[in-house]
Amino acid sequence: MGIFGRRKIGAKPRELVSQTTLENAFNRRTFVIGGAMGGIGTILAARMAYIAIAENERWVLESESNRVNLSLIPPRRGWILDRNGAPLASNRADFRVDVIPDRMNDPEQTLSALADILDLPDTTVADITKRVDDARGFQPVEVAVGLNYDQFAAISVRLPDLPGVVPQRGFSRFYPTGPSVGHLLGYVGPASAEEYEERPDPILITPGYKIGKDALEQQFEQDLQGKPGARRVEVTASGRIVRDLETREDVQGDPVRLTIDGPLQDYAARRIGLESGSCVVLDCETGDVLCMSSMPSFDPNSFSQGIGRVEYAMLRDDERVPLRNKVLKGLYPPGSTVKPMHCMAFLDAGVKPEEAIMCNGGRRIGNRFFNCWSNHGRVDMAKAIYQSCDSYFYHFAQQVGFEKVAEWAHKMGLGEEFDLPVTSQFYGTVPSPEWKLRRRESEWQPYDTVNSSIGQGYYLVNPLQLAVMSARLATGDRVVPRLRLTEDKPKFEHFAFSDEEIGYVRQAMSDVVNGPGTAGRARLPFDDIKMAGKTGTAQVVSLSISDGKSGPWKYRDHGLFVFFAPFDKPKYAGAVVIEHGGGSGSAYPIARDVMTYLFDPAKGMEALRALEEQWGGTAQQRLDSKYRAYAAAAGASVPPVPTRDEDIFDQVEAEARLAARPDKELAEGANRRREDDEASSQISRAPPSAQTPDRQAEAAAAAETPQDGSQ
Amino acid sequence: MSGIVPEPIARQPWQMLFPLFGLIGFGALVLTSAAAGDFDIYAKSHLIRFVVLFAMAVVISRLSKPLVSFFTYPAYLVILLLLMAVEIVGQVGGGSQRWLEVGPIRIQPSELMKPAVVVALAHYYGSLPVGMIPNWRAILPAGGIILAPMAFVLLQPDLGTSLAIAFGGGVVMFLAGLPIRWFIFAGIAGIAAIPLAFFFALQPYQQDRVTTFLDPESDPLGEGYQITQSKIAIGSGGIFGKGFNEGSQSHLNYLPEPHTDFVFATMAEEWGFVGGLFVLGAFAVILGWGLSVARAASDRFSKLLAAGMTATIFFYVAINLLMVMGFAPVVGIPLPFISHGGSSMMTNMICIGVLMMVHRWNRNAPRTGLIT
Repeated sequence: MGIFGRRKIGAKPRELVSQTTLENAFNRRTFVIGGAMGGIGTILAARMAYIAIAENERWVLESESNRVNLSLIPPRRGWILDRNGAPLASNRADFRVDVIPDRMNDPEQTLSALADILDLPDTTVADITKRVDDARGFQPVEVAVGLNYDQFAAISVRLPDLPGVVPQRGFSRFYPTGPSVGHLLGYVGPASAEEYEERPDPILITPGYKIGKDALEQQFEQDLQGKPGARRVEVTASGRIVRDLETREDVQGDPVRLTIDGPLQDYAARRIGLESGSCVVLDCETGDVLCMSSMPSFDPNSFSQGIGRVEYAMLRDDERVPLRNKVLKGLYPPGSTVKPMHCMAFLDAGVKPEEAIMCNGGRRIGNRFFNCWSNHGRVDMAKAIYQSCDSYFYHFAQQVGFEKVAEWAHKMGLGEEFDLPVTSQFYGTVPSPEWKLRRRESEWQPYDTVNSSIGQGYYLVNPLQLAVMSARLATGDRVVPRLRLTEDKPKFEHFAFSDEEIGYVRQAMSDVVNGPGTAGRARLPFDDIKMAGKTGTAQVVSLSISDGKSGPWKYRDHGLFVFFAPFDKPKYAGAVVIEHGGGSGSAYPIARDVMTYLFDPAKGMEALRALEEQWGGTAQQRLDSKYRAYAAAAGASVPPVPTRDEDIFDQVEAEARLAARPDKELAEGANRRREDDEASSQISRAPPSAQTPDRQAEAAAAAETPQDGSQ
Repeated sequence: MSGIVPEPIARQPWQMLFPLFGLIGFGALVLTSAAAGDFDIYAKSHLIRFVVLFAMAVVISRLSKPLVSFFTYPAYLVILLLLMAVEIVGQVGGGSQRWLEVGPIRIQPSELMKPAVVVALAHYYGSLPVGMIPNWRAILPAGGIILAPMAFVLLQPDLGTSLAIAFGGGVVMFLAGLPIRWFIFAGIAGIAAIPLAFFFALQPYQQDRVTTFLDPESDPLGEGYQITQSKIAIGSGGIFGKGFNEGSQSHLNYLPEPHTDFVFATMAEEWGFVGGLFVLGAFAVILGWGLSVARAASDRFSKLLAAGMTATIFFYVAINLLMVMGFAPVVGIPLPFISHGGSSMMTNMICIGVLMMVHRWNRNAPRTGLIT
């Protein structure tokens, strides 16, 4: 750096400085300073050229993404239609308001301001506050839907003071028949934080966007969801919209057409009334599921904002488990309803219909005597069905071997899962020697055959399986249920039974209702249409605790009924299961009215109206008034709803399984069940005869794995 | 400068004045756009201020050398006292402030201090016996002249202004012919002191600015936001810009301080690289003229004075542009002649006035030769 005027350091302390050297130094150094300035100027120019020219594209993009805000318009969800094209789930235009937690400066104050404007109850505010706390990032939280215009306007006007509040016109899901379709369709709700993490699509965190949360709404999500629209707006840094640039309309999701008959679904649900149970009706020719009602239920309309804590508490505390779809996830011992199917197994094994045994109030199998519920004298196959004689089944099940029977049970749909668009179905148990060895690690015993032959013991089925069994019995075809309507008529495999054999069983089942059978009151009010059926009763607790017909609700017997009609040319088949109905007498009147409605809606409605008058309104009305009563009693001290959607049902399911244990233990231990007919009250009940210590131990072991199959 | 133009007009330093007027006029356009197309909000006062301050610069340019020499130290001391007064008033009033209010006028002594330090140092070295220059004892008064106001400005705290004072003073000392090794030592000492200064001298918000500068992504919504938005504005302008009043970054409030510190970004977005070159070119001409005035000066005082004033203007320009383009931390230093704001305009016009003054001195007493 000598040019900068360095003085010779070594040469004496005092350096020689003169005016001239300073002048020179000044000139040199000014030059250096000027050079430095020029250098920095050049660097700046180069830098600017780099940013503005070389990187121009990138910054233009960023500038655009600053300026232009793309807000997604939630697509209208596709409708869910019944078989006749009537909507089971549609959309209703409404005004709604959401909050985006991240954009709120003072959530508490904002929410209380909103609560004032909208007049929200404390429990709702508590729910919203919790959801706001749980929400992640820009996930919107719904505050209210269905606002009237004045409320909407009041919020819109105050927007500048309410950062993070998004009022908008939108659509909300609407289920016209409310609770009737709750279990069938499920409900919709905003995507959870986990769902957003899994699929970080911005539409998921768009206020007002809902996804299917359960059942068909969830299964058909891809079809129903549609394509979001988009609105491009110019916004300022603080998010104020300056002007609209461009709007792309949303594309509504595709409709999904079900095989369900909407009115029938609603009728069946309402006809179940105060009972807890389910009703399934199939079209025998196509396998179309016409109705799949499970009651009591929840109102999916009120779930679409997220479940309120009061409503959730009410549903959870209900011993009738309104959150469980009993059609698919209720497992019950089928009881006598399997007897006609067992007869088919006997026929297949070569038993002739006219082969008869003597029922002496029971039958000796091996060295033990097993009671029948009555003394039926000489019993052939027809009588065994319409009188539901146990001894007949003890005998022939023993004769053909239960492997054969179990094989037919599976062929008829029991213990089977069906290829249906449902979130889960419990397939239950069809006991067999092989199954027992595998699951219970013990040998099949003669008493197992005895218990199983009358649908007790380890047998567990769900109502849909019963309905399918009924359809297969009625037609002799391997009817496969389906939920989604298609034009093509499915072809079913035909079982190798002669028409005579099928006709014989049909006639016997018709006699259950129309003849000297156990369900005389189930007769249809038509001259030309006759319904065939089979009753069943499943004991819940041992006779020492309750007689099964009275006393505490949860100790009463389950009532079951499988049916088809018309009996000689079956068109419809189905099953009704009433939990703790006190016997099959609670089930077949429902089947009768549902079938009446199917053939003559006016006549069916007449029956229902009279009943609903006694019950205090339709299912929806009763649910509403129950909610009001519950909310009034509970006040604001209601615990919040679980955060994860799965937990909502898991908890309920867990309780349900706990509650199901007595069923199971009983099913394991007892070979006794009761028949519901006019005579049943006179039957003296003997204690279960085959109750031995080792079987009780098995029952206890079985209780540890309460569900044989659930997914 | 032929005969058509009258001599009193022709002798004005037009090679500086034209770019200056150009910058002021361009600044008014940019400020109009920064106010979303409203001339009255910033541009009008910008022009009025310039007219007033240009008059002041003309008055300054008429001052004689003896007068300036005579008033240098008293003026410096008065401004230093004002600086103390600001500190005291600030302490009493609770909270820091940078200006004194005298009637309708706000005086910001720290701004006045920048040219004052340059004048004082130029005077000091101009009158220092030549032989004393390399003497380390001679540096003590000079150091005092720089450090005393720096200390008070740092107390305000105003890092940018105190650096500007140090820079102006440092350039004067450099040009005064002090041994180069002193600057090397000072440079090494300065580098060594950076960590200490960072941790002990800087306020937390200033530390944030530095860390953000080093890693803009660390705080994209805070300090880094400003730099990023500024780069977006400059970068999206491209070569020819988006056009007058079409800048979305400034109009939609993405750009912070679009009329003061980030006015260059506002300009660049609408006028593009071409506009940037114009601004850079205009400054280059003005600063080049300033240096040429310094070179042409007849005595050490005038030389150092002119060079110091040029350096002071340069410091503003360089730091502001480096900051706007992401090469320097965010410090509140406006762009001379374009940014809206009276204080910096006043400082810069004082510098211009002083340069015009030296220019006049040069004309009246031309250099007799290389050897005086």
